[in-house]
Amino acid sequence: MRERTLQLDPPSQVDSPDLPAGTEPVHEPPRAPRGDLVGDPPLRGSPLSGLWLKGLAPLVLVAILVAIVLRMGPAGIFQTAFPPIEELTIERVVIPGPGELRVSVVNGGPEPVTVAQVIVDDAIWTHDVLGPRTIERLQRRVIRIPYPWVEGEPHNITLVSSTGLTFGHDIAVATQSPTVGPRYLWTFALLGIYVGVIPVFLGLLWLPFLRGIARRWLDFFLSLTMGLLLFLGVDALVESTETAALVPSAFQGGALVLMGVLGTPLLLAAIGRWRTSGTTAPTPLYVASLIALGIGLHNFGEGLVIGTAYSTGEIALGTFLVIGFLLHNTTEGLGIVAPLAATAPRLRHLVLLGAVAGVPTIAGTWIGGFSYSPVLTTLFFAIGAGAIAQVLWELWKLFARRPEGGLTRPLNAAGLIAGMAIMYVTGLYIAA
Amino acid sequence: MMAVGELQPGSFDPDAYLTHFDYGRQSTLPSGQTLREYTLEAVDREIEVAPGVFYPAWTYNGQVPGPTIRCTEGDRVRVLFTNRGSHAHSVHFHGIHAANMDGAFEMIGPGQSFTYEFDAEPFGLHLYHCHTVPLKRHIHKGLYGTFIIDPKVGRPPAREMVMMMNGFDTNFDGDNEVYALNTVAFHYQKHPITIERDELVRIYLVNITEFDLINSFHLHGNFFRLYRTGTNLEHFEFTDNLMLCQGERAVLEFSYKHAGPFMFHAHQSEFAELGWSAIFQVREPLHA
Repeated sequence: MRERTLQLDPPSQVDSPDLPAGTEPVHEPPRAPRGDLVGDPPLRGSPLSGLWLKGLAPLVLVAILVAIVLRMGPAGIFQTAFPPIEELTIERVVIPGPGELRVSVVNGGPEPVTVAQVIVDDAIWTHDVLGPRTIERLQRRVIRIPYPWVEGEPHNITLVSSTGLTFGHDIAVATQSPTVGPRYLWTFALLGIYVGVIPVFLGLLWLPFLRGIARRWLDFFLSLTMGLLLFLGVDALVESTETAALVPSAFQGGALVLMGVLGTPLLLAAIGRWRTSGTTAPTPLYVASLIALGIGLHNFGEGLVIGTAYSTGEIALGTFLVIGFLLHNTTEGLGIVAPLAATAPRLRHLVLLGAVAGVPTIAGTWIGGFSYSPVLTTLFFAIGAGAIAQVLWELWKLFARRPEGGLTRPLNAAGLIAGMAIMYVTGLYIAA
Repeated sequence: MMAVGELQPGSFDPDAYLTHFDYGRQSTLPSGQTLREYTLEAVDREIEVAPGVFYPAWTYNGQVPGPTIRCTEGDRVRVLFTNRGSHAHSVHFHGIHAANMDGAFEMIGPGQSFTYEFDAEPFGLHLYHCHTVPLKRHIHKGLYGTFIIDPKVGRPPAREMVMMMNGFDTNFDGDNEVYALNTVAFHYQKHPITIERDELVRIYLVNITEFDLINSFHLHGNFFRLYRTGTNLEHFEFTDNLMLCQGERAVLEFSYKHAGPFMFHAHQSEFAELGWSAIFQVREPLHA
């Protein structure tokens, strides 16, 4: 027998039916009228120009102070002969062909840095700095080193500044870098298709199965989805914080993580509230879209990492990698369709959901493969983590609305744990 | 493999250092003994150890290595040392002398002076360096120089050169980033030392490298007579490769049979490629 109870409460049923008799339905407090949100007395009688002046005055004073300090120096303080705190980061080493290395370097420190010498594999080496040797704060520079690198072997590049400080970078495996062109565009697209698109779409094919099972098993799979998402969210957060350590300090890797992780769910929640006026529960399609978006952002970050690892020779498009991602990411498709089991989604919606979750992987492999940047990787993983947090919150609320027990129901708890376990075990097959 | 660029004008000149010997102010004591007086001043100074790479050194007389002090065995050596640096320093001479002239216990504070005085013995190739703790830092920051005591009988006439094998830990991680002969990486490779074919060359070679246990000297296209520590006038060995421990030194004598450029360098390839590589440009004798 089919149990066709709605998986999600339709928007119209959100409030009262399950409440015990005599209980007042909980309503949101009446909204304050527009323009009075802060609670301060309204600025009556102030002409608009006066208000602007009040808002801008501190900024103008700061600008004046900055101008004075730039011109006269900071009035005695900080004037001792500190050694300059230099910071250079090698963001990327491109190997355009035999006998040449191209090092992209960024000055993320507080002071200009002058590249005086270059050491490759413990040998001071000739090189060209394409531009002035002194790199100003936040400036980038490319250094060309004619060096007979050896295919498949590691190399080390160390930049020596004029003050004798050294900034190193390890090439894990030397191999010619991919160049933008049909061959590598297709290679990376294929990588993204294997890793992101095919698995997600395969996972969507679980929909007919989900539509046929009993309600409590549907809840089990929804819990399992939460487990998958929890795993992906934590994975994205860990990747984000790990990459943040590689971000030049001026670009504040930690802050990028914070903005992505907290800003994204807030933004998504605000959009959701604006879309539904904040009064109704989200529709199944909306929840599925959120899940697809979260997974898509995560997969974009994953694409960045895979593309970079591939272009730097650290991974090959090997059988194991493809099989690993097939197993790992097919579950993502399951996660997307789990909230839709009680509805009859249109085919184009399903295709769109799959595309949102899977196709960003291709964009990620392209960007990662051709121009890796720790800043971008940190930010996108953080955004992915934030988006997944938002989805988890929506799913959590969905379970909390259930009168017959939420996530703590043994079957549901088992689903959540199983979801994480599946991701862990399939993750073991991925070498990247 | 090569450093890029040139030294800034006014920097320490390794070519001048190579053949410069400080014999001191010479006078005769009432006893008839020769007195040689030298002045050493400890000065903090930034030096250039490779083109464009500056190192906050502690120096004797503003240069690394310090001046080459030279005398003859039996001379009275008097060294007036003044510390104009920011830390306590001393001068510890290798040689035979009284305990209170050893520079190991009495530290000379900033602004203070001390006069070291002793008879020059034994003849040979020695060195001097600061003996203030932490020793590693005081030495690798640049407080060292060569101290030559000539034998009374003298050595055969030759083109003489001083070479100190040194290194610089520019980022202070306990490992040298730059190696050199007389401070500047690759200097004598970019500016080969010109000698003549058949000319007798004598090298006073001192290893003052910090952090690495040994350094070495390998001569291309030739062999040299080795006088360990220069304390014996009979040569010890005929070889083309010499290994010296920290503080060890040797006098090398050779002449070239063929004209042309000949490399000489540390036979540790790493040291050679980080700056301790040089070239003798052997030319035909002008009078021939």
